Amino acid sequence: MIDKFVPDVASALADIADGSVILLPGFSNGVPDTLVEGLLDQGAKDLTLVVNSGGRDTGATADLLAAGRVRKLICSFVRAESVAGRLYAAGKLELEVVPQGTLAERLRAAGAGIEAFYTQTGADTLVAEGRETRVINGRNCLIEYPLPGDVALIDAWEADRWGNLTHRGSARNFNPVMAAAAKVSIVQTAHVVPLGAITPENVHTPGVFVHRVVHVPA
Amino acid sequence: MTFKPLGRAGIAARIAQDIPEGWFVNLGIGIPTTVSDFVPLHREVIFHSENGVIGAGPAPEPGHIDPYLVNAGSQHITLRTGAALVHHADSFAIARGGHLDLCVLGAFEVAENGDIANWARSLDEPVKQIGGAMDLAIGAKQLWVAMEHNTKSNGESRIRKLCSYPLTAKGVVRRVYTDIAVLDVTPRGFVVRDMVPGLTRQELQDRSEARLHWE
Repeated sequence: MIDKFVPDVASALADIADGSVILLPGFSNGVPDTLVEGLLDQGAKDLTLVVNSGGRDTGATADLLAAGRVRKLICSFVRAESVAGRLYAAGKLELEVVPQGTLAERLRAAGAGIEAFYTQTGADTLVAEGRETRVINGRNCLIEYPLPGDVALIDAWEADRWGNLTHRGSARNFNPVMAAAAKVSIVQTAHVVPLGAITPENVHTPGVFVHRVVHVPA
Repeated sequence: MTFKPLGRAGIAARIAQDIPEGWFVNLGIGIPTTVSDFVPLHREVIFHSENGVIGAGPAPEPGHIDPYLVNAGSQHITLRTGAALVHHADSFAIARGGHLDLCVLGAFEVAENGDIANWARSLDEPVKQIGGAMDLAIGAKQLWVAMEHNTKSNGESRIRKLCSYPLTAKGVVRRVYTDIAVLDVTPRGFVVRDMVPGLTRQELQDRSEARLHWE
């Protein structure tokens, strides 16, 4: 019998190694906060963190950065007044700023076995500096490579024992693409439902992309 | 005669006048976000939000906030009847794949060749706020910009011959709505479509670094 539920956060995160690439979804909502707290307790360091926003002074991303656990941040924007902005200004954080759609598509490519793609996004900007561009159909395009993760921390509304997930409202955001892009996807779910309770047409992230699930009641 | 510049809400309301029923529209952060407040619900315009919302509706009534529904600016929203929710890669397929009739972005500068600069004021500052702007700028069928005509600090023109700040995208802006005028970007450069009452052509030109044209 397949059962991806694990009893607690600590056992779900126990084998995350130093130096891992961590995919962290969220766009105001859809952030797996309890798993991030668990990662802080777990102690892995020298991490590369892939997340849309560089965060503020508090919250999941800021907490990981403030604890000195992140070597490199890959995100679509950084505020000056934030933990990330100050660490970067002080030379204590590597930073790769990626246009948001390119970030999503690089993650999708990683999950889909696409080895590279060309996009107009950023091709005529500083983002393209020192990188390969090519004119395709008369448009200047920039080559982009996949962004795979070692571990994705995923937020779900409902999960069954096969790891099929739903996400509520706009909390879906990066969760399905990041789950597909990581070697190991670890989920915190607000609700546990029996197998079959999520109708097949309404599975947002299928269990094939999910490895472990922890119940964290909302 | 004197003239009165539009406030930020005034710019948003002016843009809203020009969005027809049936368009599929993405609104950037800042002045653009408020454009939807001025499109009446009976005019069916579908607002896309980069975090995967298709059919974003007005802000919720107090006490009816759903924490699971936000827009690109992380403000609480409602969904219109007929709305759809997608994940981020699909949301940016909408943006980059040419499915948006219109995107409205804020900017620091727009140039007469249609270049837009809206994510960084210099190369060395720690603020690097690209977000979804580069994807939206190249992907939408047309791009309008909402911004003040001149900077608050020293009145410098944001309507430029060439952008001085790092570019978001090249040659993509179709129209600019400022607090004093509406300007189309054409092969001739900026063509003035509208001005606030009381403003003269000379005064508008004096406030613009790029040369302006009139039809």
